[in-house]
Amino acid sequence: MQYFPFVVVVWILCVGLYGVVTSRHLVHQIICLIVVQSSTYVLLLGVGYLTGAVAPYFYDVPVHTPAVDPVVQALALTDVVVEAAVTALLLSFAIQAHKRFGTLDPQELASLKG
Amino acid sequence: MRPAQRRWIFLVGAAGLAAFYLWGLSGLPGFGNYPGPYGFIINRIAVGQTNATGVVSTINFDYRGFDTVGEEFILFAAAAGVATVLRRLRGEREQSTVDEAADRDVPTTSSAIRMVALLFTGPVVVMGWWLASHAQTNPSGGFQGGVILATAFVLIYLSGEFLVLKRFSPVALTEVVEAVGAGGFAAIGVSAVAMGLPYLKDFLPLGTVPGAVSSSGTIALISFFVGLEVAAAFILIIGELLEQTLLIRQGGR
Amino acid sequence: MIEAVVTPYTVPVDMMDALQITILVLVAAGATAVVLIRERVRQVLALSVYGVLLAVLFLAFQAPDVTLSELTVGAVALPIVLLLALAKMRKREE
Repeated sequence: MQYFPFVVVVWILCVGLYGVVTSRHLVHQIICLIVVQSSTYVLLLGVGYLTGAVAPYFYDVPVHTPAVDPVVQALALTDVVVEAAVTALLLSFAIQAHKRFGTLDPQELASLKG
Repeated sequence: MRPAQRRWIFLVGAAGLAAFYLWGLSGLPGFGNYPGPYGFIINRIAVGQTNATGVVSTINFDYRGFDTVGEEFILFAAAAGVATVLRRLRGEREQSTVDEAADRDVPTTSSAIRMVALLFTGPVVVMGWWLASHAQTNPSGGFQGGVILATAFVLIYLSGEFLVLKRFSPVALTEVVEAVGAGGFAAIGVSAVAMGLPYLKDFLPLGTVPGAVSSSGTIALISFFVGLEVAAAFILIIGELLEQTLLIRQGGR
Repeated sequence: MIEAVVTPYTVPVDMMDALQITILVLVAAGATAVVLIRERVRQVLALSVYGVLLAVLFLAFQAPDVTLSELTVGAVALPIVLLLALAKMRKREE
């Protein structure tokens, strides 16, 4: 039972990769990339968790209460916001590909040349 | 390669990947048994050293501020990339978009949506600013506040005031605000170097009460600039994507 | 290492809450649902619900900052960007 969150992390990663591999639409592929990236957030927060501890904000709790690890939270926080902008960049490339080639099927796009 | 073949090859590969991943993860000390000393040390000394009660924000903007500068420039580059790719698209299309949608019936926005959207815009903007400037006390910070500010912009679009939108957010102003945000963050770090301290060191007075708004030196200032930059980047991205639909709708009116 | 502080709510060590287990199962099911739905607009809505589920999970892991970020980005900003891109592509097809 102690490793259940990590099993969920591996499951989300594999399901997302399955979506990327067997996708027939570029936007569907991008959404499956988002799912793959979300598995890393769960992993980060799962590593830093301490049972019976509070959130690391000491506004109304005395300073020496046991708190969870704040470093992984800082990493996950900036990660979530930056992911949205990078997804927007990927989507603009998909729009450009649609304009150029008229199709959004990655398996057809792979066989186009030039 | 047939799709069914691809699927089977992927399943075999995924089984191997999952097996190795699980084997690697089982070497961790389990969920809930965080052993590492770094988190405990930071939790103990952060409030005393920086007079800020939100430890995650001190890590983001003070202890590991250099990583945050990098992330912010990723955001900046992504917004610039979207603007570059889509703007050339818009230029080519603007010549041929005279009356493509003249026969399409544009549905008028219902009053319910319009009223709710307009009512909520003010409180959302206030909440976004409040979140962006209170990084050191509550669970808030520049990143969240900036995204909430950008969604206020979308609320204006939802309420049907297209023309107000176009006048209200000229692209040049958004780009200037984004540059001010990103440059301001880097400039705070450089001004610390100008005083002979390491880059991004906290040099403003720390204040007396831990957790007050004016405490914790540069953390509040940096969070404010990050909020500006994130809001401008998202408004730029959404504005570029909206521009096409705005043009067609104007032609269809 | 840690000074012992008596908190009013004590959890037996090495055990997870029922809430955390439930939310983890829901998140796994949500990820599967997002991948398996193939219509475009429905998938975007499923992604929005998945974002809310993830936000509740992060709250159960005692991380309110990440919850805020995931809520605003994953349930609001990301579906907006996706739907606008989809609308732009559909307009081009007509």
